[in-house]
Amino acid sequence: MEKHYTDSKVKGVSTGTTILAAIFDGGVVIGSDSRASIGGEYVSSKTINKVIQVHDRIFCCMAGSLADAQAVIKSAKSHLSFHSVQMESPPLVIAAASVLKELCYKNKDELQAGFLTAGWDSKKGPQVYVVSLGGMLISQQVTIGGSGSTYIYGYVDAKYKPNMTREECLQFATNALALAMGRDNVSGGVAHLVVITEKGVEHVVVPGDKLPRFNDE
Amino acid sequence: MLGEAEPQWLSEEVKTGTTIIAIEFNGGVVLGSDSRVSAGESVVNRVMNKLSPLHDKIYCALSGSAADAQTIAEMVNYQLDVHSMEIGEDPQVRSAATLVKNISYKYKEELSAHLIVAGWDRREGGQVFATLKGLLTRQPFAVGGSGSSYVYGFVDAEYRKGMNKKECQQFVVNTLSLAMKRDGSSGGVAYLVTIDEHGTEEKVILGNDLPTFFDQ
Repeated sequence: MEKHYTDSKVKGVSTGTTILAAIFDGGVVIGSDSRASIGGEYVSSKTINKVIQVHDRIFCCMAGSLADAQAVIKSAKSHLSFHSVQMESPPLVIAAASVLKELCYKNKDELQAGFLTAGWDSKKGPQVYVVSLGGMLISQQVTIGGSGSTYIYGYVDAKYKPNMTREECLQFATNALALAMGRDNVSGGVAHLVVITEKGVEHVVVPGDKLPRFNDE
Repeated sequence: MLGEAEPQWLSEEVKTGTTIIAIEFNGGVVLGSDSRVSAGESVVNRVMNKLSPLHDKIYCALSGSAADAQTIAEMVNYQLDVHSMEIGEDPQVRSAATLVKNISYKYKEELSAHLIVAGWDRREGGQVFATLKGLLTRQPFAVGGSGSSYVYGFVDAEYRKGMNKKECQQFVVNTLSLAMKRDGSSGGVAYLVTIDEHGTEEKVILGNDLPTFFDQ
């Protein structure tokens, strides 16, 4: 974990963070915490939004250096909107993920950013893709990222079930984020969640005092 | 001069990168551990029992450097034997934990081992003590080792006060299984020790009998 901080001191504001995305029956939930910190000592923002919309039904979460991630997403958004005009249809989720992957892979020496991409398209329904630091792209049903994710691997493995209902999935995501924020000192603040289905997009913000509490608090 | 690289296990320190857990229930304790010992990237022992007896009803769980942890356990085993002869009865769990803490604290710069001490005595029943880096604290349950990072969320969510012996055993087995799947330094089989006023029960759960989760 120390390695993240020393690198981030060179690159500027960095997120220790917790991000998560999970598929449920009919849609996908993507969420994150809201803390941005410098070197693990100072919280530079308590309410930063790490869930970014790149298209109508496609959202991304950033991890790693916030500066790098924001730059990549800005470039990806413009690629994607041009692509969707050319195709005359909304872009596929995998297209968004591939655009991010190309940028991360081609510039892997300079960048230190990873992404979760989640969304819904008419071809494959709800999907979640992970673009890791070096530019690997894989599809998963549930995925977590960021420094806080270490602490919830066990919880996510144990508690995620395929084909949950929307409510169950939202509860699962909120619990997972709350647990990670409780153990990781560079994750915290509020939980930002976005629910994406065929019908539309819904933002859910769970403020700190409404987060689920577990028996040691 | 591209000679063959020396195998890692000759030069790397032997560590029990590991997952250990101990939990107290009304009337006793359950301790659990994995069984992998690694030297760098090699697994040098895949069936090591990291639950070491300090006395009849007091066990400790080893993590960190294998040599340091085993040495501490053996020293405390000896010191506890002497102590229990002096007082003429079975030692308290707190005494065992204090002996471990004294060594961990005094030699904290030289040692890199973390022991969790758990057991049962007549006065306080089941107790779990964490002794990381020389502190001594009693807790309802404790996790340790490299694999423990991955299961903090799980144990925070799943632990409830007042679980009975069977529920504690299941909790320990689930936690170990999850950690072993995610931590490269934990694996093998799961060892379980249950201590209550009636005695000490040791159990081994083989790899294919461990609980599996949705993606397995």
